[in-house]
Amino acid sequence: MRHLLSTKGLSRGDAIRLLDIAEDMADVANREVKKLPTLRGKTVVNLFFEDSTRTRISFEAAAKRLSADVINFSAKGSSVSKGESLKDTAQTLAAMGADGVVIRHPASGAPHVLAESGWIDAGIINAGDGTHEHPTQALLDAFTIRRRLHRSAARGKGLDGVTVTIVGDVLHSRVARSNLWLLTTLGAHVTFIAPPTLLPMDMSAWPAESGFDLDAAIDAGPDVVMMLRIQQERMNAAFFPNSREYSRRWGLDDERFGRLAPTTIVMHPGPMNRGLEISSAAADSAGSTVREQVANGVSVRMAALYLLLSGDREDS
Amino acid sequence: MARTVLNQADITRALTRISHEILESNRGAENLVILGIPTRGVALARRIAETIARIEPTASDVRVGSLDVTMYRDDLGQTRTRTPTRTEVPGSIDGVTVVLVDDVLYSGRTIRAALDALGDHGRPTIVQLAVLVDRGHRELPIRADFVGKNLPSSTEERINVHLLEVDGDEFVSIDGGRLDGRVADDGAAEDAS
Repeated sequence: MRHLLSTKGLSRGDAIRLLDIAEDMADVANREVKKLPTLRGKTVVNLFFEDSTRTRISFEAAAKRLSADVINFSAKGSSVSKGESLKDTAQTLAAMGADGVVIRHPASGAPHVLAESGWIDAGIINAGDGTHEHPTQALLDAFTIRRRLHRSAARGKGLDGVTVTIVGDVLHSRVARSNLWLLTTLGAHVTFIAPPTLLPMDMSAWPAESGFDLDAAIDAGPDVVMMLRIQQERMNAAFFPNSREYSRRWGLDDERFGRLAPTTIVMHPGPMNRGLEISSAAADSAGSTVREQVANGVSVRMAALYLLLSGDREDS
Repeated sequence: MARTVLNQADITRALTRISHEILESNRGAENLVILGIPTRGVALARRIAETIARIEPTASDVRVGSLDVTMYRDDLGQTRTRTPTRTEVPGSIDGVTVVLVDDVLYSGRTIRAALDALGDHGRPTIVQLAVLVDRGHRELPIRADFVGKNLPSSTEERINVHLLEVDGDEFVSIDGGRLDGRVADDGAAEDAS
């Protein structure tokens, strides 16, 4: 694997291999010394053009657990705010000898540009680009589902036959897109539930079903319910009348949560808007994987960094 | 042409002897943890643990596990990306005697990596090494405590170890150098490293 830019096009074999390596990485967290020497001498740059604390510290923890050196670069207060182009930033990082670049950018496709332009010879990981993809989030979601379903026997398995209902702002969500492709590749069945204004216009190319009615979707008894965050920063138009109405019709409130089977897995990529898309009772329940997702995020990102940065890069 | 050096019965006899030697040198099986290095070392470690339990009925608590060394190798940047396998260390290894088990001892670099990996899991009092085949050509100051068979070989030659649990058949063979080329399956190629 040379870059990790999207889950669309990721083969089932590669995805399962990455998840299996993440299982090994998760074991490291239970050891006396929670660090591996694997990427000693490699430099990973976290290049964040958009605010993010969770994803950045997750990547930082992952790189440090593999003994890589980490440089954090955020656009605020940097040369970017002085007008530097992506090309110049990339060439600066290349000149500093970055082996891996983790990039988050508000423009969809920015990681692809970085990977294919030849400006920099590093392995590129997409940590979220615009409304396009966020592959490591989908991988950690798949990893979390697989671990909940199969526990210690998860290695080598896909998610065949698992039904996943993703609820919320599908239109703007790169998490929803990455999950769609990855979960489908792994054999799961994805349904999107959202207000009509927050579903893409044409979903015919997506291997998923969609609907507007959360209550019907809950009564269908899905194995997994994934609530997406209402991204206030992308709400640049009136997509729904007000947050109370959204919460009443598309929020996982206590009543809807009570109707779910006790084995249902409740997921949220964080940060949560408690009381808006998810109630506290649902978020803190035994079926909720919110905190597991954070822990698993480090393991999955370690696996991704390992696959990208170890090995002879000429061969891969 | 591949020449068989050990057949199944020879391998069983060698492992039985190694098991006796482990018990003899440690005066019993107390505080013993046997860790195999994947892939074939794990199968060998299990067999040694079973044999020890048979010889020494009081030794019911011989702990056996696996120690993956992929992330500790010194050649990660020079080969294709290796897929790590599972590490299962049974309980704490602080203050115990660890016997590492591998199929072929060659350069010693795998064992160097294993010692580093072990150090991140705890601090054993003693670490010993048991191998089925020692083929020489060490690149590091490492030696085995228990050896199934010393097999002086040329670097041109390949040693193939097949075990029932992993390969479905069982033998140790040697391929004669230049004429055969080095095209056999990569699983066996990693064993020899």
